[in-house]
Amino acid sequence: MGEPIITVNQLTMAYGDFLIQRDLNFTINRGDIFIIMGGSGCGKSTLLMHLIGLQPPARGEILYGNRNLWNTNAAERQQIMRRIGVLFQSGALLSSMTLAENIALPLAEFTPLSRTQIRQVVSYKLALVGLAGFEDYYPSEISGGMQKRAGLARAMALDPEILYFDEPSAGLDPISAKLLDDLIQSLRDSLGATIVMVTHELPSIFAIGTNSVFLDPETKTAIAAGPPKQLLAESKDPKVIRFLTRDDGSAENLPGSDTALAAGVTP
Amino acid sequence: MATPRWRIARSGSTDLELALSGDWDAANAAETDPSAVLAEFDQPPGLRCVRLTAADLGRWDSVLMIFLLAIVDRCREQGIEVDGSQLPEGIRALLDLAYAVPERAGARRGTVRTAWLADLGSSALRIRDDAKAFTRFLGEAALSFAALAVGRARFRKIDLWLNIQECGPSAVPIVTLISLLVGLILAFVGAVQLALFGAQIYIADLVALGMLREMGALMTAIIMAGRTGAAFAAQLGTMNVNQEISALRVMGFAPLEFLVLPRMLALILVMPVLCLYANLLGIIGGGMITIGFFDVSVTQYLNRTQEAAHLTDLAVGLAKCTVFGVLIALAGCMRGMQCGRSASAVGDAATSAVVTSIVLIVVSDSIITLICDRLGI
Repeated sequence: MGEPIITVNQLTMAYGDFLIQRDLNFTINRGDIFIIMGGSGCGKSTLLMHLIGLQPPARGEILYGNRNLWNTNAAERQQIMRRIGVLFQSGALLSSMTLAENIALPLAEFTPLSRTQIRQVVSYKLALVGLAGFEDYYPSEISGGMQKRAGLARAMALDPEILYFDEPSAGLDPISAKLLDDLIQSLRDSLGATIVMVTHELPSIFAIGTNSVFLDPETKTAIAAGPPKQLLAESKDPKVIRFLTRDDGSAENLPGSDTALAAGVTP
Repeated sequence: MATPRWRIARSGSTDLELALSGDWDAANAAETDPSAVLAEFDQPPGLRCVRLTAADLGRWDSVLMIFLLAIVDRCREQGIEVDGSQLPEGIRALLDLAYAVPERAGARRGTVRTAWLADLGSSALRIRDDAKAFTRFLGEAALSFAALAVGRARFRKIDLWLNIQECGPSAVPIVTLISLLVGLILAFVGAVQLALFGAQIYIADLVALGMLREMGALMTAIIMAGRTGAAFAAQLGTMNVNQEISALRVMGFAPLEFLVLPRMLALILVMPVLCLYANLLGIIGGGMITIGFFDVSVTQYLNRTQEAAHLTDLAVGLAKCTVFGVLIALAGCMRGMQCGRSASAVGDAATSAVVTSIVLIVVSDSIITLICDRLGI
């Protein structure tokens, strides 16, 4: 626990001439629940696309351990990619396959497991996310929240070291969102995975985040980094404070802990 | 219903009071043109302060707001102070809200008029980019076929079978109908001329050669472009919108192998079979007319067909159809993979897949026919 697992150095992201973010520097340590936050349109999801190897950086480097994700041969990149799992915003399950087939897909391709073992692993993963018994449903037959959880089961299929989440609680009701947060936290604790999460849900950020980076769309770079609660307590930057306090301006009676959060819901 | 009215009163030389009354809603929108008020602003001497009042205001909606915004905008332009303190609370709040966030510099998109020459140039560049993209996709598809040849392509066999079923057996009814009718039409078109000099028997030649060499392949291709090419584009496009393709990439699957390869393979395998079937149905359709309407016996028709059609003709047709199959699959899959991230982009992808396929089919058909003619096949 504690040693750096992902290091981002002077990362600049752009679509053609259009600059998204520049000169990002941060480190994600093993066992972190690392939050990438910032207002809408600041490039959070774009940063995620860079980290998971779907979009090449305009400049700078992304290191997994000491290997550069974007400056290495195909085999080594495959090896790095095998260590990560991604839950996309909408779940991104393959709609032509059942949940079981979706989760079995990477297992059948990249592990020597037998059919029976694969079936067992699939049931186990679905049970972990609370979807036991839904093996033969198609993604279109279950609700959005269930699709997300099934997507999580697929992301975990190969027991990745690092799990990425793209706005996991977007579109979920507060209770489902809380359950998902709890699930993420207990997965981190039991599987020892590192979690990287793109979100702007304050309750999630304060409840489970252990470290974070704050992207600003105006200056187009990171303007704060550190544990979210510490940022709230110590940051001097008005933009960060406004974001973390929903523009209340004061740091008092804020969701500093789970209980305060629960209390804060009822006026 | 009270009509919207305004009254302008100058107090002193540089202050102006604008009093609004009546119903300022959409029903009276025609009578709320601010230009008369704005004209007053241009009268000398220059104004320094505009006070807005609305003591007898009735109903109001956005019509009032755009009127006020036009005035406030003009005041801001000319540096005139606006005093809205006597407006009703709601209107004041809305005005504040409208000006709360300043327009982001550079966010507004002007309509740029371009010269026709520039338009022509940019369309030419688009065609070049399109050709480039097609060539690149062709190359990537070829690489995935190479991976298939050495047994390293990653896709599910079941997907191949499902696609074969979707492209083949499911298309049989429409292919049956169309090719039967095309045979029928060919027979009629020929019969009108041939019957003039009693040569009805040669309708068999016309139908057989027409179907085998040309129409069988062409009609099958056009049906499949509309049916399967569009479906490929829509399926892959939707998967793209849904981030399914990104998910596959992250999991270590090459979308070209996993999604495109089984589709292309299925279509390429199925096309010649469908074409063969279309040929047969076309000859039967032609026979129905020749035998039924033009005094030719079944035996005569069959014999004549046998004499007229050679194996070469059949082979040319099947070869064409295979080429068309490759082109349809390429166009459909390419448009699907290039699809943008919105619902309308999926529709565009499907449309453009059909258009691209048909253009490619007709152009390649002409080229192949020309080559066959030169080579004397």
